[in-house]
Amino acid sequence: MKRREFLQKSAIVVAGAAAAVSGVAVVASADTNQWTAGLKTLNAHEGETLLKVARQIFPHDRLGDSDYVVVVMDLDTQAGATPDTAKLLRDGVANLDSDGNGKFATLSDDQQIAILQKNESTPFFQKVHSVELVSLYNNHAVWKKLGYQGPSYQIGGYLHHGFNDLNWLPDPPASASPKPA
Amino acid sequence: MARFDSNDDSVVVIIGSGAGGGTLANELCQKGFKVVLLEAGKHQSSATFRNDEWFAFNQLAWLDKRTTSGNWQIAKDFPNLPAWTCKTVGGTTVHWAGASLRFQEHEFKAKTTYSDVTGANLLDWPVTLAELEPYYAKAEFKMGVTRTNDIPGLPGNNNFKVLYNGATRVGYKTVHTGRMAINSRPRDDRSSCWQLGFCFQGCKSGAKWSTLYTEIPKADATGKLDLRAECQALQVQHDSQGKATGVLYADQNGKHVVQKAAIVCVACNSIESARLLLNSSSSTFPQGLANSSGQVGKNYMRHTTGSVYATFKKPVYMNRGTVMAGIVADEAELNVKRGFAGGFEFETISLGLPFAAAFLKPGAWGRDYTRVLDQYPNMAGMWIVGEDMPQETNAVTLNPTEKDQWGLPIPNVHYDDHPNDLAMRNYAYKRGADIYNAVGAVQTIAVPPYPSTHNLGTCRMSESPRDGVCNKWGQTHDLKNLFISDGSQFTTSGGENPTLTIVTLAIRQADYISKERTKKNL
Repeated sequence: MKRREFLQKSAIVVAGAAAAVSGVAVVASADTNQWTAGLKTLNAHEGETLLKVARQIFPHDRLGDSDYVVVVMDLDTQAGATPDTAKLLRDGVANLDSDGNGKFATLSDDQQIAILQKNESTPFFQKVHSVELVSLYNNHAVWKKLGYQGPSYQIGGYLHHGFNDLNWLPDPPASASPKPA
Repeated sequence: MARFDSNDDSVVVIIGSGAGGGTLANELCQKGFKVVLLEAGKHQSSATFRNDEWFAFNQLAWLDKRTTSGNWQIAKDFPNLPAWTCKTVGGTTVHWAGASLRFQEHEFKAKTTYSDVTGANLLDWPVTLAELEPYYAKAEFKMGVTRTNDIPGLPGNNNFKVLYNGATRVGYKTVHTGRMAINSRPRDDRSSCWQLGFCFQGCKSGAKWSTLYTEIPKADATGKLDLRAECQALQVQHDSQGKATGVLYADQNGKHVVQKAAIVCVACNSIESARLLLNSSSSTFPQGLANSSGQVGKNYMRHTTGSVYATFKKPVYMNRGTVMAGIVADEAELNVKRGFAGGFEFETISLGLPFAAAFLKPGAWGRDYTRVLDQYPNMAGMWIVGEDMPQETNAVTLNPTEKDQWGLPIPNVHYDDHPNDLAMRNYAYKRGADIYNAVGAVQTIAVPPYPSTHNLGTCRMSESPRDGVCNKWGQTHDLKNLFISDGSQFTTSGGENPTLTIVTLAIRQADYISKERTKKNL
């Protein structure tokens, strides 16, 4: 109960932060392998490890590392805001390395998943999961890659942009679904 | 906006500006009453709403901490968020999807109709459908409900096309785009629906009825409304004769203010309405205000819900257009052969990607889960809404240890699923999957209930003061100038979305208050 409380509280608090961070310039350096230079509180090893964790929690082949870097940056921001969070993340990374007898980040997918399954009820895992849930899926770049179109107000809604364009089933009769005005 | 003196004891104080409180405020202002409308949340508008699920959730939802207990899955998945309701001017009418269905005749007589269901604290309503029909008609006209008053239905979106084809293929007959308080044509100075797809996030086109931009400005135009936003009611006060005298609230600066009142109406949504009465206990009313029956907070209902989503080979884009775009009504009928009492509807539902990720399987991770999310564009969704059984032990109580920012106990919400609820949900999951399988679903997903938006029954109506909190007018049995004006007065939940009935009862309550005032009974 306690851990879940923590998780849910985090999810709510994080929402605002994620909305602010999503899609910012931080991503630009992601493909150059220099992205860890942007970390303010966590070190490069912790960042690299969390990047792997974030990938294993919500793995999407259509997403690139840059999308998961946004998650790590949000974790770094939270670590900078509260020392408890920084400690939770640092200790969590150290624990994953210890479970992996070395560097978690260099293990195979199967080995990483097995270690995460073992740790899934820890506050560390739940913290990363709850932050990532908002940070990853509230990122407009991710929306585009996963096919979510998001806001429609700026185009006047979907009324003239495909709200009823499904064509692989027959249209319902007008008695069930009247034509638009 | 009118401003009444805090010592003016001729005003009606209404607490909460949603479907019940916002409607009641307008109805009373139109009749010449002076109304102070207290709202805990901020004043937003269509201009400040955003098509963004997390932003809107933080902007509009009631996020003050609550605790939960019981065997419902919410207590595991969302232990501090039992309900998804709003703290904003307009209350949960900002968030609601617009489905506006009348209750059926037998649903007002649940005890008589379902007989004795073990463990259920059933009771007949002290009011019948026939008595409410003229008020249902007024509510439908006021809200511009489609398929009433010669208002055409809304055009169905892609999500509805999937539901319609699947449902008719498995033999359902009553499948259409519903009775919705969303304009299908411009009406009441509001535009028709733009099919934005963000009904839950506050309607930016204003096509969806909300007290925020209908009842409240109309009340304001009378010069009789004093709306006080960001004012959190803390206690309803009373005198030694057992008459409510006013309301203590914390204003936007945290300053405590007592507003005197001739009449007090509580419309804070079922969790907060019960909590307010319990937090208003005194030496005269040690169990809480209006609680001589002991039923305040009890019989908490939240409808039997759940969702079924399905993925298909081809695109659906359920996110486009109205969230509740259509309904299957066949299962709403009285039919005990299914193995449970009460009925339910299927209504389309959609979530954007951020909330789909959060709600489709709370806590899930890994490839099995992301494979589903990868199919987001090819996904259709439906929601189940059915009658749940009132149980005396399902209750809003005061948390014995945790306090809020004003030092008052926070609410705990206890809910155990009744075997009847589980039987209905499991049946509905199966039939919902049948609908999608009939049109070639690749995978169907049974999704557990979200935090409750339909919160009902914690101050229920009853004929006898012994087994309920208020009478057929919402007037509390114990204090004649204290009224319950929201869904907490529901004796049982019915199988339909509650807003239309809340509005109906508010219109009727205003008539009663006016008549009783004229007769000097209030």
